[in-house]
Amino acid sequence: MLYRIWTIFVARTKEFYRDRSALGWNVIFPLLIIVGFSVVFRSDSSPILKVGIVALAEKPAENGISNIQFNEFLKIKYINFIQFNSKEKAIGSLQKFKIDMVIDSNSKTYWINESSPNGYLAEQLLKGAQNKSSVFKKQSFYNKGVQYVEWLFPGILGMNAMFNSLYGVGYVLVMYRKNGILKRFSVAPVRPFEFLSAQILSRMFVVLATTVVVYVGTVLLYGFKCKGSLFTLFILFALGSFCMISLGLLIASRSDSQEFADGIINIITWPMMFLSEVWFSLEGSRPWVQKVSQFLPLTHIVDGARMIMNEGATLFDLQLQIVYLVAISLLFLFLGSLLFRW
Amino acid sequence: MDYILEVNNLYKGFPGVKAVDGVSFSIPYGICFGLLGPNGAGKTTTIEVIEGIQKPDEGIILYKGKNRDHRFKQEVGIQLQATELQQYLTVKEILLSFRNLYAKRADLNDLIAMCYLDEILNRDNRKISGGQKQRLLLAIALANDPELLFLDEPTTGLDPQARRHVWDIVQTVKMKGKTIILTTHYMEEAQNLCDVVAIMDQGKIIAMDSPINLLNQYCSGVTITLPSVIDVDMLNSIECNWYMVNNTIEIQTEKPHDCLRVLIDKNIDITGMVVRSQNLEDLFLKLTGTQLRA
Repeated sequence: MLYRIWTIFVARTKEFYRDRSALGWNVIFPLLIIVGFSVVFRSDSSPILKVGIVALAEKPAENGISNIQFNEFLKIKYINFIQFNSKEKAIGSLQKFKIDMVIDSNSKTYWINESSPNGYLAEQLLKGAQNKSSVFKKQSFYNKGVQYVEWLFPGILGMNAMFNSLYGVGYVLVMYRKNGILKRFSVAPVRPFEFLSAQILSRMFVVLATTVVVYVGTVLLYGFKCKGSLFTLFILFALGSFCMISLGLLIASRSDSQEFADGIINIITWPMMFLSEVWFSLEGSRPWVQKVSQFLPLTHIVDGARMIMNEGATLFDLQLQIVYLVAISLLFLFLGSLLFRW
Repeated sequence: MDYILEVNNLYKGFPGVKAVDGVSFSIPYGICFGLLGPNGAGKTTTIEVIEGIQKPDEGIILYKGKNRDHRFKQEVGIQLQATELQQYLTVKEILLSFRNLYAKRADLNDLIAMCYLDEILNRDNRKISGGQKQRLLLAIALANDPELLFLDEPTTGLDPQARRHVWDIVQTVKMKGKTIILTTHYMEEAQNLCDVVAIMDQGKIIAMDSPINLLNQYCSGVTITLPSVIDVDMLNSIECNWYMVNNTIEIQTEKPHDCLRVLIDKNIDITGMVVRSQNLEDLFLKLTGTQLRA
């Protein structure tokens, strides 16, 4: 029995490995996403507000306290000061929300757009620029926060595992059925259990291998560290891909239409991509959205991966995720094998 | 007599069609048994039910006198009609991976030599010709050195030379004492390879015997073929069966002398006439009134 599983495993893995387009898609695509997003969202020191300054080139008038206020304001960090030659141009940009405030140092006037929250914040900063006193006592600490790339990376790995598993098993099995490959196997002395186990193992191997490649690639590019143990991360992704592959088997248990399988996979993957916090946090979104999110397997994979990589969680901390993934994998497998037809 | 396979009163229907309508036959060890019939006669459904791909509605199937069990899958070899194989694998890899699924395995070199796979062993299985693919599928079916071999239209769509190759392989397998069941719609193939032929039409077996007996029994006469320019009414005055086939008229008669005399007496233009002895194709025409090859 093990020999038969091994035989089918080898055949399927070779088939994947030699399909250059699938291989490239599975490895290069996630790397490209990470590189692309890290370029777009360079979060380290990007300014938060943009303020237009009119006629700074001329020497500001000497009279009045507002000069000190203005100079103090110019020293505030995380504000990008943009020079404009004319007031009209600056106000035009303000109207289009391209900048948050316009200051004319000659006439000692500022403009804000009342419909822009950033404008309000800039105004408060300007008003308080001179007054440094505070009744609150300052307590601070230095903590290098999680960069967006570091936050995004576990999400991309999870998403890649999802697509890789669902298409690699769901779509391929349906194609096998359509082309009569399953029928050919059904008349050989292979039990469905053996055949499907080989498919699961082969795809888990592929998913984990590509995850490792993408992981190493990203670490080489960005040089950040996984705070938790790599072993824990491996276990989590093994469980995660097992869960997604089981879902793939369930999808492919009967149909012989690739269009149908493709549609179902899309219906499943798109909501997961957006509701499992791959790209953005659901913090503050509506309660029902967060509830739905808790039912999606990808949420638990991505959550778990972030806990390990960003916070250094151990297997013990991941109890919830692990129990959920195991339970739902078993459910998918049970239903899938119940419905399966060669 | 000992039979390797016995099929009794097999029924299998699909919505609106009786694909297999009460088929019975018994196959002794070591013969080549042919199911001959046009497309849609129920040949493939019959053997797929026997192979276990489809479930019969009714009927008994015995392999070596018993119901089919796990031994059956191990001991039979099956070639399905038009199978795709896994992509990106070479001929050798495909062959090996199927061979590895069986407890009993045929000698790999014998298999390669017998099916003429030597030159294409390391080629991607999608980049071989139709004839080569068919030989690979045959090799896969033979990978467990089976006692009973199922071939479903093994030569459909092949050119004459590729067909010869397949026939050679089947003859070799036969000489090793294996039992073969094959379906075909080529009467030539059935006549060449089969020891017993069952002629199927619309889910039923309408005649079954050795090709020679079938011919002696039903086709002792000759077939006269004429271009269809003659007056059809006149033919009814001759004592014979006649059929319109592809714009020619085929007259089947036991008494060619009389028939020809009448044709000449009536001043019929016999330019383009062919007179030949009968074959299974004529038998099929006689039994069903339609052609074997539509």
